[in-house]
Amino acid sequence: MKTLTVNGTPREVDADDDTPLLWVLRDQLGLTGSKFGCGVGLCGACVVHVDGAPVRACVLPLEACAGRAVTTIEGLATDGRPHPLQTAWIAHQVPQCGYCQSGMIMAAAALLAEKPVPSDEDIEVAITNLCRCGTYPRVRRAIRAVADGHTNS
Amino acid sequence: MNQIEDSAVRSPWRRRFLVVGTLAASGLAVGLWRFYREGDRLTPPPGLKAGEGNALLTAWIQVGTDELITVHVPRQEMGQGITTTLPMLVAEEMDADPAQMRFVQAPVDPVFANATMVGDGVPFRHDDDGWLARTARTTQTRFGALLGVQGTGGSTSVRDGWLPMRRAGATARAMLVSAAAERFGVPASECVVEKGAVSHPASGKTASFGALAASAGQRPIPRDVALKTPAQFRILGTSPPRIDIPSKTDGSAIFGSDVRLPGMRHAVLVQCPVFGGTLKSFDASAAQKMPGVRAVLPLARTATSAAAVAVVADHHWQARKALAAVTVTWDEGPAAGHDTTIQRERYRALLRDGDARVYDEAGEIENALAAPPILVDSEYFAPYLAHATMEPVNATAIVRRDGTCEVWVGNQAPTLVKWFAAQAAGVDTDRVTVHTPYLGGGFGRRIEMDVVLQAVTLARSLPDTPVQLLWSREDDMQHDVYRPMAAARMQAALDSSGRVIGWAARVVSQSCTGEFSARLLPAAASDAMKDKTTTEGLFDLPYRLPNRRTSHVLTHEPVPVGYWRSVGHSHNAFFAESFVDECAAAAKRDPVEFRRALLADAPRHRQVLEVAAARAGWGSPLPAGTGRGVALAESFHSIVAQVAEVEIVDGLPVVRRVVCAIDCGFALHPDTVVAQMESAIVFGLTAALHGEITTKDGRVQQGNFGDYPLLRLADTPDIEVLIVNSGVEHLGGVGEPGTPPVAPAVCNAIFAATGKRIRSLPIRVA
Repeated sequence: MKTLTVNGTPREVDADDDTPLLWVLRDQLGLTGSKFGCGVGLCGACVVHVDGAPVRACVLPLEACAGRAVTTIEGLATDGRPHPLQTAWIAHQVPQCGYCQSGMIMAAAALLAEKPVPSDEDIEVAITNLCRCGTYPRVRRAIRAVADGHTNS
Repeated sequence: MNQIEDSAVRSPWRRRFLVVGTLAASGLAVGLWRFYREGDRLTPPPGLKAGEGNALLTAWIQVGTDELITVHVPRQEMGQGITTTLPMLVAEEMDADPAQMRFVQAPVDPVFANATMVGDGVPFRHDDDGWLARTARTTQTRFGALLGVQGTGGSTSVRDGWLPMRRAGATARAMLVSAAAERFGVPASECVVEKGAVSHPASGKTASFGALAASAGQRPIPRDVALKTPAQFRILGTSPPRIDIPSKTDGSAIFGSDVRLPGMRHAVLVQCPVFGGTLKSFDASAAQKMPGVRAVLPLARTATSAAAVAVVADHHWQARKALAAVTVTWDEGPAAGHDTTIQRERYRALLRDGDARVYDEAGEIENALAAPPILVDSEYFAPYLAHATMEPVNATAIVRRDGTCEVWVGNQAPTLVKWFAAQAAGVDTDRVTVHTPYLGGGFGRRIEMDVVLQAVTLARSLPDTPVQLLWSREDDMQHDVYRPMAAARMQAALDSSGRVIGWAARVVSQSCTGEFSARLLPAAASDAMKDKTTTEGLFDLPYRLPNRRTSHVLTHEPVPVGYWRSVGHSHNAFFAESFVDECAAAAKRDPVEFRRALLADAPRHRQVLEVAAARAGWGSPLPAGTGRGVALAESFHSIVAQVAEVEIVDGLPVVRRVVCAIDCGFALHPDTVVAQMESAIVFGLTAALHGEITTKDGRVQQGNFGDYPLLRLADTPDIEVLIVNSGVEHLGGVGEPGTPPVAPAVCNAIFAATGKRIRSLPIRVA
C-alpha cells in the first residue's frame, strides 16, 4: 500500500511498486484525463506534475511517487476557476481530436510556473509533446497569449 | 476456416456488397432510384426516443424545455470539428442561436447513412459528365444510401449532410412555427424566428423553442419545406466556438480507452509479428498464476485481424506484466521473408514491364512520346506509412448471457462495428448496441474492424464481463493497415516552346479499396473492380494535357494497406506536382507561370494558385540557401495550393513557412477550415520529412515514436491559410485536401534552393 496526494487529496493505492503512475491514475483512481500514447515517455500524452515538476507518468513507477503530490489535468483548475491556459486553449480553439491535449496543457502549465514569460525558444524546448493533429501553431499562440497577458498585468 | 470467416460468408451483407460492386462498377442498375428517397431521411427510425424534457423534431433534432437543441450527429468526431459544423447546418435553418446547440452521436440506422462516401468511389474524373460516369456515380450514391453504412471518411461529412441536415433544421423550424401560430392564434406566415424564439411582431407575442417543443413534437412532419439561399445564411460562414473543445481542456472528454464500466477487465495482446502468420502454440502457465490475471486466451487469425494471444486482468499493468510471461510459438507463414527493400526493387521493374490497367487516356500518347523536342522521364517512390493516431487502437465490449452485446469504440463506421460485433458475439445485429466515444485521431485507421473483432471475441469468452482491449504503441504501429508503398514512372513530352504535348503516368501499388473490401468480406475479394484511389490525383488532373494516359499496375503484398489521410492523393500529388516542376525546369519556365499556362481550362484552380503565390511573395528574393516551392492539388472536391519556404541548414531541410490557399466552395466554419489546413500540413510534413515503414524478415521494423518520429512544435513552420469561397455549388471536403500538396511543395523548394530533385520520400538530402 502506497500513499500519495492526488489533486490535493491523500490516496492509498494497492498496486505493485513498478506500476507506472499513469495506470494507477487511470485504472485505480478513475482519473482518465492523463492519456496513454507510447508507454516509453516519448509522446507526452501522460504528462502530470509531481511536486510541481512535469513528469511522464507512463514511465514513473508508483514507488517513486510515494508521499509526493501529484497534479493531473483534472486538478489543474483552482477553486473551480480554470487555469489561464485552459481558458486560452478555448479562446484559441486549440484542440482537435484532443487526445494529447491534457499532457500538452500540463507541460505548458509547468513551463509557465517556472518561467511566466518564456521566450519562443523556451516554448520549443519545453513543449516536446507529440500531436498527430498538428495543433502546434495554436498551442504556441495560446501559451504566448497567457504569457503576454501576464506581462501586461 | 474459422467461425468468423464462415459467418461473413453467410452474411446477407456479402450479397449486398457484391451487388453494389458489380452493378456500380458496370454502371448499370438503371431504375434503382426508387430505393433512395431523400424525404425518408426525416422520419425518426423506430425506437428512437427523445431524452427527458425533450421533443423529437425529425430524426435529427431534439429540442428541450431547457432551450438546448441536441443534434443527432451521424459522423464521428476525430478532431475535424464535425460535431460543431453539422449542428450549424441545423441551427442555420432553424434560426437557432449557435450557443444553444449540443450534439449526441446518432444511433446506427440507415437514415444516418453516408451515401456520398460510397458515391465518391467511382473511377471517373469528377468533371466527367458522360453518361457512364453520371450513371455510375448516381447508382453508387443511391446504393450507398441503400446499403445504409454510417461512416466518416473521404472528407464527405459536410457534403453528405448538406441537404438532409439543413432540411431537418428547416422542417423542425416549420413545426415550431406551426405550434407558435396555433398558440398565438395567428397565421404561421406572420411569425418570424430569431435566435431560438418564434414571435409575432404585430401582436408582440413571442415564445421560445423550448416552450414550443412539446407541442411542435406532436405535429406531423411537413414535407418539402423550403431551404434558405446562401444569401440568407447568418450562421454558416461564421466560426462559433467548437462544442467539444471545453471538455478537451480539463480531462473530461471520454475517448474509447477512457471508458470505465463496473467490473471491467483490461486486456492486452501479442500478435503474430509476421503478417498472415498463425498461432502454433502458447504456454500461459506462469502468466495464469500472476496477480489479477483472469484469463489467457488465443485469438485465431481472421481475414480482418491477426493471430494473437491475449491476457485479461483486473488492471492494465497486471495484464501487461503477465503477457511478458507468456511464451508463444507462431507459424510465421509465407510472409516470413518479406523485405520492403526487395519489394521496392520489384516495383521498379514493374514500372517497365508490369501488366497495367488504364484509368484515363486521351489523344495519341505513344506518338507524342516517340521523339519530342524535350522528353522528361523520371521515377518516383513513396513508402508505406503508419497512421500513428495518438490514441492507440482499442475497444471495450460486453457480451451478455441474455444475448445482447454492447461495444464502445472510437470508430469511423459504427454500422460495420455493429455487424462485426454481432458476428464475433454470435448474436443478431439488432442485439448489438454501439457507442462511439471521441476518437483520439482517426485518419482512416478507425474504419478498420480488427480490434472490434478481437475485443468482442474476448468478451464472449468472459460473459457478462466488460473487457477493454488496449493495444500498445508497438501493436498499433506494427499491425496497422498502411498507406501503400507506391512507385511511379512519369513521362512528359514538351514541344520546342516548352508546352506539354504528352503526359504519361504509371503507378505500381496495392489497392486500398480492394484490400479493405477483402478484409470485410473475404469471399468477395476480387481484382475485377478498378480502385480509383490507386491513381486519384493523376488521372483527374486539372491541367490541359492533350495526349495523356494514366495507368496502374496492381500488386498484392503481405503488408496490408488501408485508407490513410488523403489516400492515393497522398503519394500521387507528390508524383504529379514534383514532375510538373521538373517539366517547368526542362521548359526553362517559372513553376507558377508554367502551371498557370496548363490551367487554361480551370479558372478556380488558377485562382487558388494565384492567391497562394501572391501571399507567399512568389518571385521576391530569398536569402541564400533558401528556396520556395509550389504545389497544387485537388482532392475530395477541394482545391489547395501551397507555397513552402525551405532553408537548408547543415545539409538538412528546415521548413520555415507554408502559405496555403483553399477553395472548398464555401467554408461553413472558416476557423475549422484553417485548423484542418494547419493539421493536414503538419501531417504531410511528418510524412515528407520522417515517415517510413519498412519490413525485414517479415516484421515491421518501426515500433514507437523513436523510430517513427512525428513533427514537433519546434519543427512546425509558420502556416498561413487563405480561403477562397467560390460558391456552395462547389462544396468540397476539408479534412484531407491540405495534405497532398505539402510534400511536393517542400521538395520543389529544396530544388529551388539546391538544384537537387527529390524523387523519393521521406526526404533524404545528404
